[in-house]
Parts: sequence; C-alpha cells; structure tokens
Amino acid sequence: MSNVEGKLFIEPERFEFSAAPFHQFELARRDFFKILGAGIAVFAIAKDALARQETAPAHRSFHNEELPKDTNAWLHVGEDGSITGFTGKAEIGQNIRTALAQTIADELRAPFESVRMVTADTALTPFDAGTFGSRTTPTITPQLRRVAAAARDLLIEAAAKEWNVAPAGLIAADAKVTDPASGRSLKYAELARGKTLAQNLPAEDPITPATQWTIAGKAIPKVDARAFVTGKHQYTTDLRPAGMLYGRVLRPPSFGATLTSCDDSAAKAMTGAVVVRDGDFVGVAAPSAHEAQTALDAIHAQWKEMPQISSKEIFSYLKQNAAAKSEDRFRKQKGSVEEGLANAAHRLDATYTVAYIAHAPLEPRAAVAQWADGKLTVWTGTQRPFANRDELAEVFHLPESSVRVIVPDTGSAYGGKHTSDAAIEAARLARAAGRPVKVVWTRGEEFTWAYFRPAGVIEVKSGIASDGALTAWEFHNYHSGMSGIETPYDVANQRTEYHQVPLILRSGSYRGLAATANHFARETHMDALANAAKMDPLEFRMKNLSNARMRAVLGAAAKSFGWPRKKTQEGQGFGIACGEEKGSYVTTCAEIAVDKTSRAVRIVRLVEAFECGAIVNPDGLRNQVVGAMIQGLGGALFEAVEFENGRIKNPHFASYRVPRFRDVPEIEAVLLDRKDIPSAGAGETPIMAVAPAIGNAIFVATRIRLNNLPMVPNGLRSA
Amino acid sequence: MAKPIELEINGKRYPVSYPADTPLLYVLRDELGLTGSKYGCGEGQCGACTVLIGGMPRRSCQIPVSAAAAKPITTIEGLEKDGRLNPVQQAFLDAGAFQCAYCTSGMIMSSVGLLQANPNPSQAEIVQFLQGNVCRCGTHPRVVEAVRQAAKMMQEHGR
Repeated sequence: MSNVEGKLFIEPERFEFSAAPFHQFELARRDFFKILGAGIAVFAIAKDALARQETAPAHRSFHNEELPKDTNAWLHVGEDGSITGFTGKAEIGQNIRTALAQTIADELRAPFESVRMVTADTALTPFDAGTFGSRTTPTITPQLRRVAAAARDLLIEAAAKEWNVAPAGLIAADAKVTDPASGRSLKYAELARGKTLAQNLPAEDPITPATQWTIAGKAIPKVDARAFVTGKHQYTTDLRPAGMLYGRVLRPPSFGATLTSCDDSAAKAMTGAVVVRDGDFVGVAAPSAHEAQTALDAIHAQWKEMPQISSKEIFSYLKQNAAAKSEDRFRKQKGSVEEGLANAAHRLDATYTVAYIAHAPLEPRAAVAQWADGKLTVWTGTQRPFANRDELAEVFHLPESSVRVIVPDTGSAYGGKHTSDAAIEAARLARAAGRPVKVVWTRGEEFTWAYFRPAGVIEVKSGIASDGALTAWEFHNYHSGMSGIETPYDVANQRTEYHQVPLILRSGSYRGLAATANHFARETHMDALANAAKMDPLEFRMKNLSNARMRAVLGAAAKSFGWPRKKTQEGQGFGIACGEEKGSYVTTCAEIAVDKTSRAVRIVRLVEAFECGAIVNPDGLRNQVVGAMIQGLGGALFEAVEFENGRIKNPHFASYRVPRFRDVPEIEAVLLDRKDIPSAGAGETPIMAVAPAIGNAIFVATRIRLNNLPMVPNGLRSA
Repeated sequence: MAKPIELEINGKRYPVSYPADTPLLYVLRDELGLTGSKYGCGEGQCGACTVLIGGMPRRSCQIPVSAAAAKPITTIEGLEKDGRLNPVQQAFLDAGAFQCAYCTSGMIMSSVGLLQANPNPSQAEIVQFLQGNVCRCGTHPRVVEAVRQAAKMMQEHGR
C-alpha cells in the first residue's frame, strides 16, 4: 500500500485481491467482557472510520480503493492485572507479536511480560484489511499506543476516585498508580477488579515520543520463542482436532483445464474415504494422509486443456499485449522528456526484464475446517483473515457471523498468503464429511497453484548533462507493477508509466511488490549512466539527490562498506544501489567475485543501511533486514518460475533454487534510528536494492551489464 | 498392507500399524502427535522434517517407517531433558535464530547431529552440513552463530 497525499491506496499489482465484501466487526461490548472477564477495556473506534466502513461498497475492486485509515484496536486490563491487546494483524514471522506487546507495555507503563497479544481471529479481534504493505508498524503501533494511553487515563481516574483526589497529580508506572503526595499506590489489577469499564477512545490522546520510550526501542526477544525451539508451537499444519480427516484436492494437469469426465467409483469404494465432486472441484478426505492420497490416485479424470504461452516467450508477449494506452492514474509526467533528451550530453536507452518468482513459504498453504450447527470455523495460515472469512461466507452462502477464521502464528508468507484457497477446500470437504478436515498443500501444489510475483518488462530512456546532472528520465513498466516506480532523483523532465497486461500466470503480492523490479531497472540504469559520465556511482547518485534521508543511508552504507573500494584481485567487483519505499530508506553495497574458470558469481559481502524512523525493536528489525537481503539474493541471482503449456516445469526445491547456507555472504546491517520520525514498516523495503547492487558489482568485475532478473541462473555465461 | 511394528522414539516405545512404505514423518505427526517435525516438501529437499535415527540426522519424509524401526529415533520433542533445553535449543533461543521458525526444528536436529559427529565444526563445516536445510526467512547467519555458540557451550560444560 502506498500513501498518496495522506490517503491509502492498494497498489494495482495486488492482483490476488478479489472483490470481497467489507464489513464491520459485530461483537457486542457485553460479549467482550463475557469472553475476557471483568476489567477495563478501551476501544479505538474513531467515528469517521466507522462511518467510512459502513458506507463502503459491498464489493471492492483492487484498483486504488481507498481504505479506512483508522484501523480499530482494542485493549483489555483484566482483574488479575493481565493486559491483552487485540489486533487483526497476523504473526507470520515478522515479529509483530513482540513489537506490538512492547508498544502497549511502554505506553501503559506496565512490564512487558504482563502484556499478551490476541491476533488475527475474526471472532476476537477488530477488523483488519490484512497483514501486508508494511502497514502494521505505521498504523497499528500508534493505534495501540492511543488505546494504551486511554486505558492508563482510565486507571488513573479510577485511582483518583478511590482516594478522592484530583487525577492530575497521580503517576502511572510499573503497573500501578501512585499518589506522590501521600505515597499511596494501587496496582492495575486492584483498580480493574469488579469493574466493567469500557470506553471509546478520545479523539487524539498524546502518546509517548520515541525519545522517552522505555520498553519499546529495546531488543526484546521473540515472545513464545521457547515454544518454537521445542517444537511445541502449533502451526495450522500441526492441528489435529478429534475425528479429523486429511483432505486432498484433484488438480488439473494445466492451468485453465476443464473437467470433461471423472470416474471416482474406485475412490468412493474405499473404506473411510469421502469423495466430493462439485463442478470442477474434485477432492477426497480420508482418515490418514496416505489413504487420502490413495483415494485421490484412484480417481480417473479427463481434462480439456488449452494452449498457453511459455516462459520462453513471456517478455515479447508482455510488450505486445500491453494496453494501447495506460490509464491516467498510472501515468506521471513533469517537464518535457523530449527537451531533456535533446539537451543531454549522454543518452541511454535500456530494457530490463524480471521473471516470475515464487514465495515458497516453508509452511505450505494449509487449513483445518470444522462445521458445527451450521457454523464454520477455519484455522488457516493467511495474511487476510477477514477477507478469508468473507470469501468463505460468500462461497458457502453464510452470513459472516457464521464464519470464524483463526490464524495460528504462521510459517511465513512474504505476501503469498492472501487468498483463501486451502480454507475453501478444507471447508468444502469438511461439510461433506461431517467431520473436521485438514488440507495441507504439497510442495508441488504450492509451487503450481499459489500465485507468483508477476514478470515484467521495464524500458528506460534517460539523458545526462556533461557534469552528470540528469536532464531526462522516462520509465515504462509493463505488467510487473507500480510500487517504487517513481524516481527519487532530482530530474526536471520525467515521464513514468505503468502498462497493464492481462494476467498470464496467477499473480499477486510479494514482499516489496514491483519495487524490487523497478529499483533493479532504475538503479542498474543509474549505474550505467554514472559509467557514461565517468563518475563514481556514489558521487553520481549524490549529485542527483537532494532527499536528506536517502543521502543519509547512502552515506552510512558507503562508510561501513568502505566505499570506494579498489580491486585487489581479478574478478572482484563492488556495487551500490539505493531506494525509498513505504516510508523507509535503503542502500545496499555488494562485493562479488567471479571465478576465472567456472564464471560462477559469488557474493562475498553485503552491507545494507536502512532507516525506517524510530526503531521499535532493533533485534527484530535487524532480523528482518538481514532476512530480506538473503531472500533478495534468490530473485537477484537464480530464482525463476519456468512454465510451458500451463504447466510449471520446476515445482520442487530441487529445480527451483532458493538461497541456501552456501549462498549467504558476510552480511552487515546498519540501522539508522530516527527517533524524530514516526516508525515505518520494515518488512519489504530492505529487499529492494540487493539485486541492482550485485548487478552493478558484476559490471565492475566483468564489464558485463546484466539487465535481466535473475541475473546468473547458470553462472556468468558470455564473457 | 499395514503391519504392526514398534518404534523407539525419545526413549519411549510406540507400537504402530502402518503400511511399511509410509514415510516416518507421517507416523510421527499424524499418528503419534509429534508435530515438531515439519512437512516442508516431502521430497527430502528442505530439511524441515529432520530427526535423528541412531544419532544420525535423517529426512523423516524419506525414511519408510519400516526402516526406522530398528534404531532409536530422536525428534525435537526429545531434546529437552527435565525442563532443561539441549544446548543447541538454548543457543537458537539466545541467538534469536528464527523468524517464522517453521524450519527451526529441522535446523536444530541437523545441528545436534552435526555436533555429535563433530563437536568443534568450522564455519565452513557448519555451512556445508546445513546446506540441505532451507530457511526462507533468511536467518542463516544467526543459525550458524547459534551452532557455534552451542558447540562452545557443550565444550565448556563437557556435554
């Protein structure tokens, strides 16, 4: 999601966001206390947010749809002093369970250990559009701070009433309210006892500035980490409700194939097997995974296939099938590119391509579905529990109140777990079986039937003056998307366009969306321009940049890397690339080595400077930044989905190469903590500059300019 | 078809009845509820299902249950002793060597196997040994650091 003039928009490349009804959570306040027990509760439901949600259209398109900015949050202080924060966001490894608890503890002046987060449960948590777009930190953190501040005021008021004094002089600290005048104090637990106090959030409570944080800003270890190192944490794939069956779904041989005949008699004859055939959906459920597979194998189906294009011809297809004219909202122009090019001392035209890649989350898509009294409960690893709930309600013709979606802390997603495929499949089978059913996608299904980061073609035309100043910049992205499409460099004459192309493979969100593709093209191009101007790549960038935050990360990365570096051996190369997206700034420096005989490219060292405002948890942030860099290596060097005639040709870890231990270089993350700037999310931006930094280093080592991602799927071929 | 056999897992004996070619992973997870070993690919390519069989790290998705019956099996659930974590588990915890942590069980089991065979591995040996374990979140440097710290801990405590 990007923030355009204060409004939130969903980027057009989130292709997987199907139209879904948009509803307000309906749990009554008294039910809330029934579930959690008495105490003090604060609800952050800003009036305008409610109004906006109520008037939102029943079906949303994904193009520039405005979302309500005032996401709701709840907080409860129990009679035992336990503090519970509620958010519809999901924990998918990005560590929000810890970071959000820190935020609440900090604002409520209570120990970190007393705070528990309830996340991503449509029956318990407030509505949330989804865990994507690096939005949790910038939107939920301030919301939770405000509810925590309001709860703190309620507790102070309760103490003031108790002592019959004015609340103004009382102090909240260490989970108690103290009266400095008399030395009396009351614990939060004592103040919450016997109360059912609920309050809507006052409009704008002042919240604690980052300079005064005591618990936020600290490297607190991951909550429940012990459950993960002992194997006790239950992911969706681990759940086994009593009487559960294992479900499998019959997949077509190729995309878009339609079922022409199906003989399921042998499967139906198997003891304990439930076979469901409903339109093109064919699935089985059986008492064990082995029996489910046997039943699935016994089904003989005929399919009608249709011819489809292959990965070999994808880039020419994208150019040929682009919309004749891009829509206004996908176009930005200022000055005259033609004039800028005419006045340039050097001109450069180049084309860049980006292959389809897969998320390959280690926990595959999975769901457990259970029906009882016409109501459906689904546990599933998704980034969009409320959208999943709405889709389930729609598919099964149920009111939303009859569907509950619960997201156990999930085995990663990276933008890949927005849809409700496994949830719908499990629910369909469970309804037929009359028992709970678990569906866990196989790795092959995961690589084939999920969705991909879209491929793209990017064309850049540019010009520079003899002193290296940019005079013109024209940038066209075909298909892959708009994220990070606008140049951060100072150039008076520019044109930027996104060209839509009808989908080829099922496509959607991926960590950073098209920002990785657009940064690859832009930063590779900038490097080539620096070379044309005979300038140092860092100096060239600085010359064309006035943005202070970008200059700061460039400077910080360069300093830690030791830029500029001199070659000390053959095949060595150094590269730099930078970018800005979703309110955070990044620069990556790479050192690479090309083997003289094998021409294999080895990444020797990566240094990345990152700045996302005030840091909430430096250890969690460092983990995210380093993780994004390593994940970025895959798309930069070797990851690509190969397909032909509607079939994925490399649907296995053996043929779809992901970064492994040997691929990981020496890595350094330099985190700039800007306590004067509100915290931005950090899940995505740190991935963006990795590929161009490496490509630019390869150029220095070899004088070969690589304009296609992945850059070296088979080593460096042409010399 | 299904044949009764006995497995020795984490020091306990479990009679199970499964077709001989059923992968051990499914018996552990679905029959015995030992869900700490994860399904990641079912093809021996990701290491999420790693257990120790006779002290050796093995991909339980590739081991037929019949072949696992002869030797003692250790899963992630069997590492903690009397509430005390195995040094490798403790080192992963201390290093924060996880994000989503879905690969963690397999990483820990592979590392325990490595340190049993080689108590003082070099960085290159750790990297080489863990090459078959996939982490998609990119926690590799922390995992390597955790294994080094675990080796140190084990040497200091003579374990």
